[in-house]
Amino acid sequence: MEAIEKIKEIAAQVVPGAKIEIINSTPAAQQPALLVDREHIYAVGKFLKEDPRFQMDFCSCVTGVDYLPKADKPGCIEVVYHLYSTTQKQGPIVLKVRAPRELEQCHVPSLTPLWRSCEFQEREAYDLYGVKFNGHPDLRRILMWDEFTDFPMRKDYTPPADYEWEPTPHDDTLDRAVQEGGIMPPTAREELERAKKK
Amino acid sequence: MIQPLTDAPRFSLTTGADGLIETQTLEVSIGPQHPSTHGVFRMDCVLDGEEVVALKPVMGYLHRNHEQLAEKMVWLGSMPYTDRLDYFNSMTNNWAYALAVETLAGIKVPERAEYIRVIMSELTRLLNHSCVIGFMLQDLGAWGTPLLYAFRERERILDLFEAVSGSRMMCNYMRFGGVRVDMTESDLAVAKDVVTRFPRFLDEFEKLLTGNEVLLGRTQRVGILPKELAINAGISGPMARASGVEYDVRKVDKYGVYGRFDFRVPVGEIGDVYDRYFIRVLEMRESIKILQQALRDIPQGPRVAPEAKLRNFKIPPGDGYGRIEAPKGELGFYLVSDEGGKLPYRYHVRPPSFVNLTTLEDMCLGHKVADVVIILGSIDIVLGEVDR
Repeated sequence: MEAIEKIKEIAAQVVPGAKIEIINSTPAAQQPALLVDREHIYAVGKFLKEDPRFQMDFCSCVTGVDYLPKADKPGCIEVVYHLYSTTQKQGPIVLKVRAPRELEQCHVPSLTPLWRSCEFQEREAYDLYGVKFNGHPDLRRILMWDEFTDFPMRKDYTPPADYEWEPTPHDDTLDRAVQEGGIMPPTAREELERAKKK
Repeated sequence: MIQPLTDAPRFSLTTGADGLIETQTLEVSIGPQHPSTHGVFRMDCVLDGEEVVALKPVMGYLHRNHEQLAEKMVWLGSMPYTDRLDYFNSMTNNWAYALAVETLAGIKVPERAEYIRVIMSELTRLLNHSCVIGFMLQDLGAWGTPLLYAFRERERILDLFEAVSGSRMMCNYMRFGGVRVDMTESDLAVAKDVVTRFPRFLDEFEKLLTGNEVLLGRTQRVGILPKELAINAGISGPMARASGVEYDVRKVDKYGVYGRFDFRVPVGEIGDVYDRYFIRVLEMRESIKILQQALRDIPQGPRVAPEAKLRNFKIPPGDGYGRIEAPKGELGFYLVSDEGGKLPYRYHVRPPSFVNLTTLEDMCLGHKVADVVIILGSIDIVLGEVDR
Protein backbone atom coordinates (compact mmCIF):
# COMPACT_ATOMS: atom_id res chain seq x y z
CA MET A 1 0.00 0.00 0.00
CA GLU A 2 1.13 3.54 -0.70
CA ALA A 3 2.59 5.72 2.03
CA ILE A 4 0.21 7.98 3.87
CA GLU A 5 1.60 11.12 2.18
CA LYS A 6 0.85 9.64 -1.22
CA ILE A 7 -2.71 8.68 -0.20
CA LYS A 8 -3.25 12.21 1.06
CA GLU A 9 -1.99 13.64 -2.21
CA ILE A 10 -4.22 11.40 -4.34
CA ALA A 11 -7.27 12.03 -2.17
CA ALA A 12 -6.73 15.79 -2.29
CA GLN A 13 -6.59 15.63 -6.09
CA VAL A 14 -9.72 13.54 -6.48
CA VAL A 15 -11.79 15.42 -3.90
CA PRO A 16 -11.14 19.10 -4.61
CA GLY A 17 -11.41 21.40 -1.63
CA ALA A 18 -10.92 18.68 0.95
CA LYS A 19 -8.76 19.75 3.86
CA ILE A 20 -6.69 16.70 4.72
CA GLU A 21 -4.11 16.55 7.45
CA ILE A 22 -1.86 13.74 8.63
CA ILE A 23 -1.92 12.83 12.32
CA ASN A 24 0.84 10.62 13.60
CA SER A 25 0.36 7.85 16.13
CA THR A 26 2.98 6.70 18.62
CA PRO A 27 6.48 6.15 17.20
CA ALA A 28 6.10 2.38 17.63
CA ALA A 29 2.59 1.94 16.29
CA GLN A 30 3.18 3.59 12.90
CA GLN A 31 -0.51 3.95 12.13
CA PRO A 32 -0.81 7.53 10.84
CA ALA A 33 -4.31 8.82 10.22
CA LEU A 34 -5.94 11.19 7.76
CA LEU A 35 -7.91 13.98 9.39
CA VAL A 36 -10.56 15.11 6.93
CA ASP A 37 -12.93 18.03 7.33
CA ARG A 38 -16.62 17.33 7.91
CA GLU A 39 -17.80 18.49 4.50
CA HIS A 40 -15.58 16.10 2.56
CA ILE A 41 -15.31 12.99 4.72
CA TYR A 42 -18.06 11.22 2.77
CA ALA A 43 -16.43 11.96 -0.57
CA VAL A 44 -13.02 10.82 0.66
CA GLY A 45 -14.53 7.64 2.10
CA LYS A 46 -16.39 6.93 -1.14
CA PHE A 47 -13.20 7.44 -3.12
CA LEU A 48 -11.18 5.10 -0.88
CA LYS A 49 -13.90 2.48 -1.14
CA GLU A 50 -14.32 2.58 -4.90
CA ASP A 51 -10.84 3.39 -6.19
CA PRO A 52 -9.18 0.26 -7.64
CA ARG A 53 -5.87 1.19 -5.99
CA PHE A 54 -7.32 0.97 -2.48
CA GLN A 55 -10.68 -0.89 -2.53
CA MET A 56 -11.28 -0.27 1.16
CA ASP A 57 -14.42 -2.38 1.28
CA PHE A 58 -14.25 -3.36 4.94
CA CYS A 59 -14.84 -0.73 7.59
CA SER A 60 -13.68 -2.50 10.68
CA CYS A 61 -13.90 -0.16 13.62
CA VAL A 62 -15.82 3.06 14.25
CA THR A 63 -15.47 4.92 17.49
CA GLY A 64 -15.51 8.32 19.11
CA VAL A 65 -12.88 10.03 21.23
CA ASP A 66 -13.55 13.02 23.43
CA TYR A 67 -10.78 15.63 23.66
CA LEU A 68 -11.33 18.21 26.36
CA PRO A 69 -10.32 21.81 25.59
CA LYS A 70 -6.77 22.64 26.58
CA ALA A 71 -4.92 25.91 26.97
CA ASP A 72 -3.62 25.92 23.41
CA LYS A 73 -6.38 24.17 21.48
CA PRO A 74 -10.16 23.86 21.63
CA GLY A 75 -11.76 20.54 22.51
CA CYS A 76 -13.47 18.27 20.02
CA ILE A 77 -15.20 14.98 19.52
CA GLU A 78 -13.22 12.88 17.08
CA VAL A 79 -14.75 10.00 15.15
CA VAL A 80 -12.26 7.39 13.97
CA TYR A 81 -12.83 4.90 11.13
CA HIS A 82 -10.47 2.00 10.47
CA LEU A 83 -10.67 0.82 6.87
CA TYR A 84 -9.29 -2.42 5.47
CA SER A 85 -9.44 -4.07 2.08
CA THR A 86 -10.55 -7.69 1.94
CA THR A 87 -9.84 -8.01 -1.77
CA GLN A 88 -6.32 -6.60 -1.67
CA LYS A 89 -5.63 -7.72 1.92
CA GLN A 90 -4.23 -4.37 2.94
CA GLY A 91 -4.84 -1.68 5.47
CA PRO A 92 -5.55 0.01 7.71
CA ILE A 93 -6.28 3.46 6.42
CA VAL A 94 -7.43 5.48 9.41
CA LEU A 95 -9.90 8.29 8.78
CA LYS A 96 -10.61 10.87 11.43
CA VAL A 97 -13.22 13.59 11.48
CA ARG A 98 -13.76 16.18 14.17
CA ALA A 99 -16.82 17.98 15.49
CA PRO A 100 -17.17 20.61 18.21
CA ARG A 101 -18.07 19.35 21.66
CA GLU A 102 -21.20 21.50 22.01
CA LEU A 103 -24.23 19.25 21.58
CA GLU A 104 -26.03 21.45 19.00
CA GLN A 105 -23.04 21.54 16.67
CA CYS A 106 -21.77 18.06 17.36
CA HIS A 107 -22.64 16.34 14.11
CA VAL A 108 -20.72 14.64 11.28
CA PRO A 109 -21.90 12.95 8.07
CA SER A 110 -22.71 9.28 8.47
CA LEU A 111 -20.71 6.75 6.49
CA THR A 112 -23.39 4.05 6.88
CA PRO A 113 -24.51 4.51 3.25
CA LEU A 114 -20.99 3.42 2.26
CA TRP A 115 -20.38 0.67 4.82
CA ARG A 116 -23.23 -1.10 6.59
CA SER A 117 -20.81 -2.02 9.38
CA CYS A 118 -21.01 1.58 10.57
CA GLU A 119 -24.71 1.18 11.34
CA PHE A 120 -24.44 -0.16 14.89
CA GLN A 121 -21.06 1.34 15.62
CA GLU A 122 -22.19 4.86 14.75
CA ARG A 123 -25.26 4.33 16.88
CA GLU A 124 -22.92 3.38 19.70
CA ALA A 125 -20.79 6.49 19.18
CA TYR A 126 -23.96 8.60 19.23
CA ASP A 127 -25.17 6.85 22.35
CA LEU A 128 -21.96 7.29 24.31
CA TYR A 129 -20.64 10.60 22.94
CA GLY A 130 -23.68 12.46 21.63
CA VAL A 131 -22.26 12.97 18.16
CA LYS A 132 -25.04 13.00 15.57
CA PHE A 133 -24.49 11.25 12.27
CA ASN A 134 -26.35 13.04 9.49
CA GLY A 135 -27.82 10.57 7.04
CA HIS A 136 -27.81 7.60 9.37
CA PRO A 137 -30.95 5.55 8.66
CA ASP A 138 -31.81 4.73 12.27
CA LEU A 139 -29.95 6.84 14.81
CA ARG A 140 -31.15 5.72 18.25
CA ARG A 141 -29.50 4.80 21.50
CA ILE A 142 -28.18 1.27 21.39
CA LEU A 143 -26.50 0.38 24.68
CA MET A 144 -28.05 2.82 27.17
CA TRP A 145 -31.79 2.74 27.72
CA ASP A 146 -33.99 5.04 25.66
CA GLU A 147 -34.94 7.36 28.54
CA PHE A 148 -31.32 8.13 29.37
CA THR A 149 -30.51 11.75 28.60
CA ASP A 150 -26.75 12.11 28.99
CA PHE A 151 -23.72 10.82 27.11
CA PRO A 152 -21.70 8.72 29.53
CA MET A 153 -18.37 8.39 27.72
CA ARG A 154 -17.74 12.13 27.58
CA LYS A 155 -14.84 13.08 29.77
CA ASP A 156 -16.87 15.65 31.72
CA TYR A 157 -19.74 13.28 32.48
CA THR A 158 -20.51 12.97 36.17
CA PRO A 159 -22.16 9.68 37.06
CA PRO A 160 -25.19 9.79 39.32
CA ALA A 161 -24.42 9.65 42.99
CA ASP A 162 -26.42 6.50 43.36
CA TYR A 163 -25.04 3.66 41.32
CA GLU A 164 -28.16 1.58 41.92
CA TRP A 165 -30.01 4.10 39.80
CA GLU A 166 -33.24 2.92 38.26
CA PRO A 167 -34.76 4.20 35.04
CA THR A 168 -37.76 5.34 37.10
CA PRO A 169 -36.41 6.15 40.58
CA HIS A 170 -38.88 6.94 43.32
CA ASP A 171 -39.24 7.61 47.04
CA ASP A 172 -35.98 7.42 48.99
CA THR A 173 -33.75 6.79 45.99
CA LEU A 174 -35.11 9.83 44.19
CA ASP A 175 -34.81 12.10 47.23
CA ARG A 176 -31.27 11.05 47.93
CA ALA A 177 -30.19 11.41 44.32
CA VAL A 178 -31.71 14.89 44.06
CA GLN A 179 -29.92 15.98 47.22
CA GLU A 180 -26.62 14.68 45.97
CA GLY A 181 -27.06 16.28 42.58
CA GLY A 182 -27.31 13.15 40.48
CA ILE A 183 -28.38 13.13 36.85
CA MET A 184 -32.07 12.69 36.40
CA PRO A 185 -33.89 10.80 33.69
CA PRO A 186 -36.91 12.70 32.29
CA THR A 187 -39.41 10.36 33.92
CA ALA A 188 -37.98 11.18 37.32
CA ARG A 189 -38.00 14.87 36.53
CA GLU A 190 -41.71 14.71 35.72
CA GLU A 191 -42.42 12.88 38.91
CA LEU A 192 -40.51 15.43 40.94
CA GLU A 193 -42.43 18.31 39.37
CA ARG A 194 -45.69 16.54 40.07
CA ALA A 195 -44.68 16.11 43.70
CA LYS A 196 -43.75 19.79 43.95
CA LYS A 197 -47.15 20.88 42.63
CA LYS A 198 -48.89 18.88 45.31
CA MET B 1 -78.04 -32.37 15.20
CA ILE B 2 -76.60 -29.96 17.71
CA GLN B 3 -78.56 -26.78 18.02
CA PRO B 4 -76.60 -23.55 18.48
CA LEU B 5 -77.38 -21.78 21.76
CA THR B 6 -78.02 -18.45 20.09
CA ASP B 7 -78.76 -17.35 16.59
CA ALA B 8 -75.74 -15.04 16.50
CA PRO B 9 -72.71 -16.44 14.69
CA ARG B 10 -69.99 -17.81 16.96
CA PHE B 11 -67.34 -15.60 15.40
CA SER B 12 -67.21 -13.18 12.57
CA LEU B 13 -64.63 -12.53 9.91
CA THR B 14 -64.12 -9.18 8.31
CA THR B 15 -63.38 -9.35 4.66
CA GLY B 16 -61.05 -6.98 2.87
CA ALA B 17 -61.63 -5.18 -0.39
CA ASP B 18 -60.54 -8.21 -2.38
CA GLY B 19 -63.11 -10.40 -0.71
CA LEU B 20 -60.49 -12.42 1.19
CA ILE B 21 -60.16 -12.60 4.94
CA GLU B 22 -58.44 -9.51 6.28
CA THR B 23 -55.18 -10.26 8.08
CA GLN B 24 -52.77 -8.12 10.00
CA THR B 25 -49.16 -8.35 11.00
CA LEU B 26 -48.26 -9.23 14.54
CA GLU B 27 -45.50 -7.68 16.57
CA VAL B 28 -43.71 -10.14 18.82
CA SER B 29 -40.91 -9.32 21.19
CA ILE B 30 -38.62 -12.32 21.53
CA GLY B 31 -36.56 -11.97 24.67
CA PRO B 32 -34.76 -10.62 26.65
CA GLN B 33 -34.66 -14.09 28.17
CA HIS B 34 -34.76 -16.91 25.68
CA PRO B 35 -32.93 -20.16 25.22
CA SER B 36 -30.73 -19.29 22.26
CA THR B 37 -28.55 -16.67 23.93
CA HIS B 38 -26.27 -16.91 26.89
CA GLY B 39 -27.36 -13.59 28.26
CA VAL B 40 -30.11 -11.13 27.62
CA PHE B 41 -30.92 -10.03 24.10
CA ARG B 42 -34.22 -9.01 22.58
CA MET B 43 -35.52 -9.13 19.04
CA ASP B 44 -38.55 -7.08 18.03
CA CYS B 45 -40.09 -9.15 15.24
CA VAL B 46 -42.97 -8.22 12.99
CA LEU B 47 -44.63 -11.39 11.80
CA ASP B 48 -46.95 -12.01 8.90
CA GLY B 49 -48.40 -15.33 9.92
CA GLU B 50 -45.25 -17.18 10.83
CA GLU B 51 -43.03 -15.27 8.42
CA VAL B 52 -40.68 -12.55 9.61
CA VAL B 53 -41.21 -9.25 7.78
CA ALA B 54 -39.13 -7.00 10.04
CA LEU B 55 -36.75 -7.56 12.91
CA LYS B 56 -34.88 -5.14 15.12
CA PRO B 57 -32.29 -6.34 17.61
CA VAL B 58 -32.43 -4.59 20.98
CA MET B 59 -29.35 -4.83 23.17
CA GLY B 60 -27.72 -3.18 26.12
CA TYR B 61 -29.20 -5.23 28.93
CA LEU B 62 -25.71 -6.22 30.06
CA HIS B 63 -24.12 -2.82 29.45
CA ARG B 64 -21.72 -1.88 32.21
CA ASN B 65 -19.62 0.77 30.44
CA HIS B 66 -16.57 -1.44 30.33
CA GLU B 67 -14.70 1.20 28.30
CA GLN B 68 -15.15 3.95 30.86
CA LEU B 69 -14.10 1.64 33.69
CA ALA B 70 -10.94 0.78 31.77
CA GLU B 71 -10.15 4.45 31.21
CA LYS B 72 -9.97 4.95 34.96
CA MET B 73 -7.43 2.18 35.51
CA VAL B 74 -3.76 1.77 34.64
CA TRP B 75 -3.03 -0.12 31.43
CA LEU B 76 -2.58 -3.46 33.12
CA GLY B 77 -5.58 -2.92 35.40
CA SER B 78 -8.14 -3.77 32.75
CA MET B 79 -6.42 -6.98 31.65
CA PRO B 80 -8.52 -9.13 34.04
CA TYR B 81 -11.61 -7.27 32.92
CA THR B 82 -11.11 -8.21 29.28
CA ASP B 83 -11.81 -11.79 30.36
CA ARG B 84 -15.39 -10.73 31.00
CA LEU B 85 -16.00 -9.48 27.47
CA ASP B 86 -16.40 -12.78 25.72
CA TYR B 87 -16.30 -14.99 28.76
CA PHE B 88 -16.05 -18.13 26.64
CA ASN B 89 -12.71 -17.11 25.17
CA SER B 90 -10.82 -15.16 27.78
CA MET B 91 -7.43 -16.14 26.33
CA THR B 92 -8.05 -14.48 22.96
CA ASN B 93 -9.46 -11.36 24.65
CA ASN B 94 -6.27 -11.09 26.68
CA TRP B 95 -4.20 -11.49 23.57
CA ALA B 96 -6.07 -8.82 21.62
CA TYR B 97 -5.61 -6.28 24.40
CA ALA B 98 -1.97 -7.22 24.96
CA LEU B 99 -1.32 -7.00 21.22
CA ALA B 100 -2.85 -3.52 20.98
CA VAL B 101 -0.76 -2.27 23.91
CA GLU B 102 2.39 -3.88 22.50
CA THR B 103 1.74 -2.23 19.12
CA LEU B 104 1.38 1.11 20.85
CA ALA B 105 4.41 0.76 23.11
CA GLY B 106 6.62 -1.15 20.68
CA ILE B 107 7.28 -4.17 22.87
CA LYS B 108 8.71 -7.24 21.21
CA VAL B 109 7.39 -10.52 22.56
CA PRO B 110 9.86 -13.41 23.10
CA GLU B 111 9.54 -16.51 20.93
CA ARG B 112 8.38 -18.86 23.63
CA ALA B 113 5.64 -16.50 24.77
CA GLU B 114 4.39 -16.19 21.20
CA TYR B 115 4.16 -19.96 20.89
CA ILE B 116 2.35 -20.25 24.22
CA ARG B 117 -0.09 -17.59 23.05
CA VAL B 118 -0.76 -19.48 19.83
CA ILE B 119 -1.31 -22.72 21.74
CA MET B 120 -3.72 -21.07 24.17
CA SER B 121 -5.73 -19.24 21.57
CA GLU B 122 -6.04 -22.25 19.27
CA LEU B 123 -7.22 -24.34 22.21
CA THR B 124 -9.74 -21.58 22.88
CA ARG B 125 -10.89 -21.80 19.29
CA LEU B 126 -11.42 -25.54 19.67
CA LEU B 127 -13.54 -25.14 22.77
CA ASN B 128 -15.51 -22.22 21.41
CA HIS B 129 -16.37 -23.82 18.08
CA SER B 130 -17.28 -27.19 19.54
CA CYS B 131 -19.53 -25.58 22.17
CA VAL B 132 -21.13 -23.23 19.66
CA ILE B 133 -22.13 -26.17 17.53
CA GLY B 134 -23.55 -27.74 20.67
CA PHE B 135 -25.54 -24.62 21.50
CA MET B 136 -26.76 -24.30 17.93
CA LEU B 137 -28.12 -27.83 18.04
CA GLN B 138 -29.70 -27.11 21.37
CA ASP B 139 -31.59 -24.32 19.64
CA LEU B 140 -32.71 -26.83 17.03
CA GLY B 141 -34.16 -29.02 19.75
CA ALA B 142 -31.36 -31.54 20.19
CA TRP B 143 -31.43 -31.02 23.93
CA GLY B 144 -28.28 -31.93 25.69
CA THR B 145 -26.54 -34.64 23.75
CA PRO B 146 -24.32 -32.72 21.29
CA LEU B 147 -23.71 -29.97 23.82
CA LEU B 148 -22.61 -32.37 26.52
CA TYR B 149 -20.29 -34.16 24.12
CA ALA B 150 -18.72 -30.77 23.42
CA PHE B 151 -18.59 -29.90 27.10
CA ARG B 152 -16.76 -33.13 27.83
CA GLU B 153 -13.94 -32.03 25.50
CA ARG B 154 -14.10 -28.47 26.76
CA GLU B 155 -13.51 -29.75 30.27
CA ARG B 156 -10.13 -31.22 29.30
CA ILE B 157 -9.06 -27.87 27.83
CA LEU B 158 -10.35 -25.94 30.83
CA ASP B 159 -8.40 -28.24 33.13
CA LEU B 160 -5.27 -27.22 31.28
CA PHE B 161 -6.20 -23.53 31.53
CA GLU B 162 -6.72 -23.96 35.24
CA ALA B 163 -3.33 -25.62 35.59
CA VAL B 164 -1.47 -22.79 33.89
CA SER B 165 -3.47 -19.74 34.96
CA GLY B 166 -5.29 -20.72 38.13
CA SER B 167 -8.75 -20.15 36.71
CA ARG B 168 -10.93 -22.14 34.35
CA MET B 169 -12.70 -19.38 32.49
CA MET B 170 -11.39 -16.02 33.73
CA CYS B 171 -7.78 -16.79 32.88
CA ASN B 172 -6.13 -13.33 33.01
CA TYR B 173 -3.15 -15.11 31.53
CA MET B 174 -1.39 -12.72 29.17
CA ARG B 175 0.80 -9.80 30.11
CA PHE B 176 2.27 -7.02 27.98
CA GLY B 177 5.28 -8.60 26.36
CA GLY B 178 4.50 -12.19 27.21
CA VAL B 179 2.46 -14.41 29.48
CA ARG B 180 2.05 -14.51 33.25
CA VAL B 181 3.17 -18.07 33.95
CA ASP B 182 5.37 -20.34 31.88
CA MET B 183 4.01 -23.64 30.60
CA THR B 184 5.76 -26.55 32.26
CA GLU B 185 6.68 -29.80 30.52
CA SER B 186 3.68 -31.51 32.11
CA ASP B 187 1.35 -28.75 30.85
CA LEU B 188 2.71 -29.24 27.36
CA ALA B 189 2.16 -32.99 27.70
CA VAL B 190 -1.47 -32.36 28.70
CA ALA B 191 -1.89 -30.05 25.71
CA LYS B 192 -0.45 -32.72 23.43
CA ASP B 193 -2.84 -35.26 24.89
CA VAL B 194 -5.81 -32.94 24.27
CA VAL B 195 -4.71 -32.40 20.69
CA THR B 196 -4.29 -36.12 19.97
CA ARG B 197 -7.70 -36.91 21.42
CA PHE B 198 -9.57 -34.10 19.72
CA PRO B 199 -9.73 -35.41 16.11
CA ARG B 200 -11.40 -38.57 17.36
CA PHE B 201 -14.04 -36.50 19.10
CA LEU B 202 -14.52 -34.45 15.94
CA ASP B 203 -15.01 -37.58 13.85
CA GLU B 204 -17.61 -38.81 16.29
CA PHE B 205 -19.27 -35.40 16.39
CA GLU B 206 -19.40 -35.22 12.63
CA LYS B 207 -20.77 -38.73 12.33
CA LEU B 208 -23.65 -37.59 14.52
CA LEU B 209 -24.29 -34.32 12.76
CA THR B 210 -22.83 -33.59 9.34
CA GLY B 211 -25.11 -35.92 7.40
CA ASN B 212 -27.97 -35.78 9.86
CA GLU B 213 -31.22 -35.36 7.96
CA VAL B 214 -32.89 -33.17 10.57
CA LEU B 215 -29.88 -30.86 10.69
CA LEU B 216 -29.72 -30.67 6.90
CA GLY B 217 -33.44 -29.97 6.64
CA ARG B 218 -33.42 -27.23 9.23
CA THR B 219 -30.18 -25.47 8.28
CA GLN B 220 -29.61 -25.68 4.54
CA ARG B 221 -30.74 -22.59 2.62
CA VAL B 222 -31.71 -20.92 5.88
CA GLY B 223 -30.37 -17.47 6.77
CA ILE B 224 -28.31 -16.92 3.65
CA LEU B 225 -25.86 -14.05 3.84
CA PRO B 226 -24.51 -12.95 0.43
CA LYS B 227 -20.81 -12.31 0.09
CA GLU B 228 -21.04 -8.62 -0.87
CA LEU B 229 -23.27 -7.84 2.08
CA ALA B 230 -20.99 -9.75 4.44
CA ILE B 231 -18.00 -7.62 3.44
CA ASN B 232 -19.94 -4.38 3.44
CA ALA B 233 -21.46 -5.03 6.85
CA GLY B 234 -18.09 -5.77 8.43
CA ILE B 235 -18.91 -9.38 9.16
CA SER B 236 -15.79 -11.23 10.23
CA GLY B 237 -14.66 -14.61 11.43
CA PRO B 238 -16.31 -17.93 10.57
CA MET B 239 -19.50 -16.15 9.57
CA ALA B 240 -17.80 -14.16 6.83
CA ARG B 241 -15.82 -17.17 5.66
CA ALA B 242 -19.02 -19.22 5.41
CA SER B 243 -20.30 -16.59 3.00
CA GLY B 244 -17.24 -17.01 0.81
CA VAL B 245 -15.09 -14.11 2.05
CA GLU B 246 -11.56 -15.43 2.14
CA TYR B 247 -10.30 -13.26 4.97
CA ASP B 248 -8.54 -14.40 8.09
CA VAL B 249 -6.60 -11.94 10.25
CA ARG B 250 -4.16 -14.72 11.11
CA LYS B 251 -3.24 -14.96 7.43
CA VAL B 252 -3.51 -11.27 6.55
CA ASP B 253 -1.75 -9.62 9.50
CA LYS B 254 0.40 -12.61 10.46
CA TYR B 255 0.48 -11.32 14.02
CA GLY B 256 2.47 -13.29 16.57
CA VAL B 257 4.12 -16.23 14.87
CA TYR B 258 1.17 -17.22 12.67
CA GLY B 259 3.30 -16.67 9.58
CA ARG B 260 5.27 -19.83 10.40
CA PHE B 261 2.42 -22.32 10.52
CA ASP B 262 1.00 -24.24 7.65
CA PHE B 263 -2.78 -24.08 7.71
CA ARG B 264 -5.61 -23.39 5.34
CA VAL B 265 -8.56 -21.03 5.56
CA PRO B 266 -11.81 -22.89 4.84
CA VAL B 267 -14.32 -20.89 2.81
CA GLY B 268 -18.02 -21.62 2.34
CA GLU B 269 -20.07 -21.32 -0.83
CA ILE B 270 -23.64 -20.47 0.04
CA GLY B 271 -23.43 -18.72 3.37
CA ASP B 272 -26.37 -20.44 5.04
CA VAL B 273 -26.55 -21.80 8.57
CA TYR B 274 -25.23 -25.18 7.47
CA ASP B 275 -22.15 -23.56 5.97
CA ARG B 276 -21.55 -21.73 9.21
CA TYR B 277 -21.78 -25.03 11.06
CA PHE B 278 -19.46 -26.82 8.66
CA ILE B 279 -16.89 -23.99 8.50
CA ARG B 280 -16.49 -24.29 12.25
CA VAL B 281 -15.83 -28.03 11.99
CA LEU B 282 -13.20 -27.41 9.31
CA GLU B 283 -11.62 -24.60 11.32
CA MET B 284 -11.26 -26.92 14.28
CA ARG B 285 -9.36 -29.36 12.08
CA GLU B 286 -7.06 -26.54 10.94
CA SER B 287 -6.59 -25.44 14.55
CA ILE B 288 -5.44 -28.94 15.41
CA LYS B 289 -2.86 -28.69 12.64
CA ILE B 290 -1.58 -25.39 14.04
CA LEU B 291 -1.48 -26.83 17.55
CA GLN B 292 0.52 -29.86 16.44
CA GLN B 293 3.09 -27.61 14.77
CA ALA B 294 3.26 -25.20 17.69
CA LEU B 295 3.67 -27.97 20.25
CA ARG B 296 6.39 -29.53 18.12
CA ASP B 297 8.37 -26.31 17.57
CA ILE B 298 7.99 -24.46 20.87
CA PRO B 299 11.45 -23.18 21.85
CA GLN B 300 12.96 -22.59 25.28
CA GLY B 301 13.44 -19.04 26.48
CA PRO B 302 11.98 -16.27 28.60
CA ARG B 303 8.22 -16.07 29.02
CA VAL B 304 8.03 -12.26 29.10
CA ALA B 305 9.96 -9.42 27.48
CA PRO B 306 12.32 -7.82 30.00
CA GLU B 307 11.59 -4.27 28.83
CA ALA B 308 7.87 -4.56 29.63
CA LYS B 309 7.64 -3.20 33.12
CA LEU B 310 4.82 -4.19 35.42
CA ARG B 311 5.07 -1.10 37.58
CA ASN B 312 5.06 2.46 36.28
CA PHE B 313 4.25 1.27 32.78
CA LYS B 314 3.83 4.24 30.44
CA ILE B 315 3.07 4.70 26.77
CA PRO B 316 4.06 7.76 24.70
CA PRO B 317 1.16 9.87 23.37
CA GLY B 318 -0.57 8.56 20.28
CA ASP B 319 -3.14 6.05 19.17
CA GLY B 320 -3.17 2.59 17.70
CA TYR B 321 -5.38 -0.29 16.73
CA GLY B 322 -4.54 -3.93 17.36
CA ARG B 323 -6.68 -6.78 16.12
CA ILE B 324 -6.61 -10.55 16.19
CA GLU B 325 -8.72 -13.36 14.81
CA ALA B 326 -10.78 -14.32 17.83
CA PRO B 327 -13.01 -17.42 17.51
CA LYS B 328 -16.02 -15.19 16.90
CA GLY B 329 -14.36 -12.86 14.41
CA GLU B 330 -12.11 -9.86 14.34
CA LEU B 331 -11.52 -8.61 17.86
CA GLY B 332 -9.83 -5.22 17.95
CA PHE B 333 -8.76 -2.73 20.57
CA TYR B 334 -8.41 0.95 19.73
CA LEU B 335 -6.28 2.68 22.32
CA VAL B 336 -5.29 6.31 22.76
CA SER B 337 -2.54 7.39 25.10
CA ASP B 338 -2.33 10.99 26.25
CA GLU B 339 0.29 13.02 28.09
CA GLY B 340 1.44 11.15 31.14
CA GLY B 341 0.55 7.89 29.49
CA LYS B 342 -0.19 6.03 32.70
CA LEU B 343 -3.86 5.46 31.95
CA PRO B 344 -5.53 4.85 28.60
CA TYR B 345 -7.10 8.11 27.45
CA ARG B 346 -9.40 6.14 25.21
CA TYR B 347 -10.01 2.42 25.30
CA HIS B 348 -12.37 1.02 22.71
CA VAL B 349 -13.27 -2.58 22.03
CA ARG B 350 -14.34 -3.61 18.57
CA PRO B 351 -16.33 -6.71 19.46
CA PRO B 352 -16.98 -9.22 16.69
CA SER B 353 -20.36 -10.36 18.06
CA PHE B 354 -21.70 -6.81 18.10
CA VAL B 355 -20.80 -6.04 14.50
CA ASN B 356 -21.88 -9.49 13.30
CA LEU B 357 -25.40 -8.74 14.55
CA THR B 358 -25.75 -5.96 11.95
CA THR B 359 -27.12 -8.31 9.32
CA LEU B 360 -29.42 -10.30 11.60
CA GLU B 361 -32.50 -8.70 10.04
CA ASP B 362 -31.32 -9.33 6.48
CA MET B 363 -30.75 -13.00 7.22
CA CYS B 364 -34.10 -13.52 8.96
CA LEU B 365 -36.43 -11.79 6.49
CA GLY B 366 -38.79 -14.21 4.81
CA HIS B 367 -38.01 -17.07 7.15
CA LYS B 368 -40.28 -18.66 9.72
CA VAL B 369 -40.05 -17.44 13.28
CA ALA B 370 -38.64 -20.81 14.35
CA ASP B 371 -35.67 -20.24 12.04
CA VAL B 372 -34.82 -16.93 13.70
CA VAL B 373 -33.58 -18.80 16.74
CA ILE B 374 -31.24 -21.01 14.73
CA ILE B 375 -29.98 -18.08 12.63
CA LEU B 376 -29.14 -16.19 15.81
CA GLY B 377 -27.47 -19.30 17.15
CA SER B 378 -25.31 -19.58 14.05
CA ILE B 379 -23.97 -16.01 14.43
CA ASP B 380 -22.40 -17.09 17.72
CA ILE B 381 -22.80 -14.09 20.00
CA VAL B 382 -21.85 -13.63 23.62
CA LEU B 383 -23.71 -10.82 25.28
CA GLY B 384 -20.87 -9.87 27.59
CA GLU B 385 -19.11 -8.72 24.46
CA VAL B 386 -22.08 -7.25 22.60
CA ASP B 387 -23.15 -5.00 25.46
CA ARG B 388 -19.81 -4.42 27.17
